[in-house]
Amino acid sequence: MAASHLLEVKNLTTEFRIGGSVIRAVDGISYYIDDGEIVGLVGESGCGKSASQLSVLQLIPMPPGNIVSGEAIFQGIDLLDFDPDGEQIRAVRGGKIGLIFQEPMTSLNPVLTIGRQIIETLVLHLHMDRQSARKRAVELIDLMGIPDAKQRIDNYPHQFSGGMRQRIMIAMAVSCNPNLLIADEPTTALDVTTQAQILEILRNMVKAFNTSLLIVTHNLGVVARYAQRIYVMYAGRIVESGTVKDIFDNPCHPYTLGLLKSVPRLDEPKGRKLVPIVGLPPNLGNMPGYCAFWPRCSKRSPACKKKPWPELRLISGQHYTACDYDFDKK
Amino acid sequence: MGTFILRRLIQTVVVLVLVSFFAYLLLYLIPGDPAVTMLGLEASKEQIEALRHELGLDRPMLFQYVNWFMNVVQGDFGKSLIYRENITDLILTRLPITFHLGLVSLFLSTLISIPAGVISAVKRGGLLDSVITVSANLGMAIPLFWLGILGVYLFSLKLGWLPVQGYTSPFSDFWMSTKQIIMPSICLSVVPLASLARQTRSSMLEVIRQDYIRTARSKGLKQRTIITGHALKNAIIPVVTLLGIQMRNLVGGSVLIETVFNIPGIGRLMVRGVFEKDFLIVQGCIVMVALVVALANLLVDISYGYFDPRIRHEE
Ligand SMILES: Nc1ncnc2c1ncn2[C@@H]1O[C@H](COP(=O)(O)OP(=O)(O)O)[C@@H](O)[C@H]1O
Ligand SMILES: [Mg+2]
Repeated sequence: MAASHLLEVKNLTTEFRIGGSVIRAVDGISYYIDDGEIVGLVGESGCGKSASQLSVLQLIPMPPGNIVSGEAIFQGIDLLDFDPDGEQIRAVRGGKIGLIFQEPMTSLNPVLTIGRQIIETLVLHLHMDRQSARKRAVELIDLMGIPDAKQRIDNYPHQFSGGMRQRIMIAMAVSCNPNLLIADEPTTALDVTTQAQILEILRNMVKAFNTSLLIVTHNLGVVARYAQRIYVMYAGRIVESGTVKDIFDNPCHPYTLGLLKSVPRLDEPKGRKLVPIVGLPPNLGNMPGYCAFWPRCSKRSPACKKKPWPELRLISGQHYTACDYDFDKK
Repeated sequence: MGTFILRRLIQTVVVLVLVSFFAYLLLYLIPGDPAVTMLGLEASKEQIEALRHELGLDRPMLFQYVNWFMNVVQGDFGKSLIYRENITDLILTRLPITFHLGLVSLFLSTLISIPAGVISAVKRGGLLDSVITVSANLGMAIPLFWLGILGVYLFSLKLGWLPVQGYTSPFSDFWMSTKQIIMPSICLSVVPLASLARQTRSSMLEVIRQDYIRTARSKGLKQRTIITGHALKNAIIPVVTLLGIQMRNLVGGSVLIETVFNIPGIGRLMVRGVFEKDFLIVQGCIVMVALVVALANLLVDISYGYFDPRIRHEE
């Protein structure tokens, strides 16, 4: 393992205070990503994927959000030590870490041209003058496979389709040659053909810009083809992590197993039946003292309810699971 | 956008024709014979007959309306009985005075309300927000004439800082003119100021929780750039709508304020017309005011296109 990672998040805990109750959206998670890596963060919607990613850049709305504890060491410096509105964290946002969001229809400012929205990033982080920034913006739009970039740069977001807007978001995110791209469910809101195109563009950008990519998704099928390593998240915690091979060939958490059975795969064996995970994710404001997956678990035993949620334990190599069930015995 | 403006232009013309019709109807809506009402009971039969003829009361109403309307379109509102002057001249000498008052008030209210609303939203829950919100709510509730009288009492009579009343053209004595216009403009701007500030605050609060503001933050932009460069242009759209509505309040308020501060504008001319039963003056003032308000609203609507490209590209 490398001595220092590009980004290493340790014990990150984020809470939201709503009314009288406290929702622990992120519950002490740790993960890392190295230079040049593509890593997937997978879990059902509402499990705290976005909250964790936004916390790293201190972008969660505070209040009601609050980063209770943890570190986010990026290139050796803890991002959570920075003032949330200060110059240091702003240099990282958009400059060294680019973000792509789930909602292409609403993530671009409707009253500003897309050109202006890309150009301002270039001017801010790369200190370009307007003219060369504009030239660069045209190149970026062109690079994303949008035809007539020279004319389209002066258009407004409503003049583009969802897939096109997501391409523009990607152009914006990579514009300043970031070291890390975080794509938060970049294809969830798009139709299937567009999804594949966007994922392809993302992978090309990782190569072209030599950046790392953290891809957040609720769809294991999406990461299977692109990622090298995967973190599986459930109810604010990471319940399993490992290489794609570990996760797909030897899932060691009943939740991962459930996800694998419920998600269509591109390299699908014919006739495989999709089985959804029964039940619903727990209410993050009211967690049991024991494993939060217990009510939905296919391997549960009464003993599970008598002990706290298991910590991650090593299976082999980089493969960890937060379940005491021994899959090898069966 | 072109068709949008054309459509609004046609609407404006229709509204103006309707207003002129109802203004004309005034003559027929008052009980009794308008000529008698206007001239008083001591008038001789011949005088009344002459006025009836002049007003066209001896001919069919619709015919006479069309006749009057054609004159109005050419800028002729008829002759005033009390002033013995052309009403068009009466209006044209007073209109700039009301404009002066209205523009200073408009300027004051937008210049203060928008920054106040923005600050209030950005510092939501803070002391400044509380102060601004409470002041705005108070401003909505204060009766205009009471504020005017209080202002005159305090700043003119007690402290002697400002003249009690009156109007001077800014072109003849700018300093005096400003001192005289300041109190009435403040009074007149209170209600629009308060409601614009509240609207700015609430639409700003709505905008800053939108996804594109999160995007702007994720790009590393400064808070100030995000507010002025990204949020405000979105938040201003409903504020502009309200501004159009507030034009009416400005006109309505000016009738009151001109009377309290003895300013010889359109508002006071109209009040005089009402009290002296000179209905031609009232008709003329109504039509002029409607014209100004309609044009202001048209301007507001066209400015949407500037703020919102989605409207600009509409077919
Ligand atoms: N701005 C917010 N205010 C209040 N609660 C929030 C906010 N953002 C997220 N949450 C809560 O945190 C939990 C995790 O949300 P999120 O991270 O968006 O999930 P995911 O991205 O995995 O779908 C949810 O229960 C959600 O209600
Ligand atoms: Mg999410």
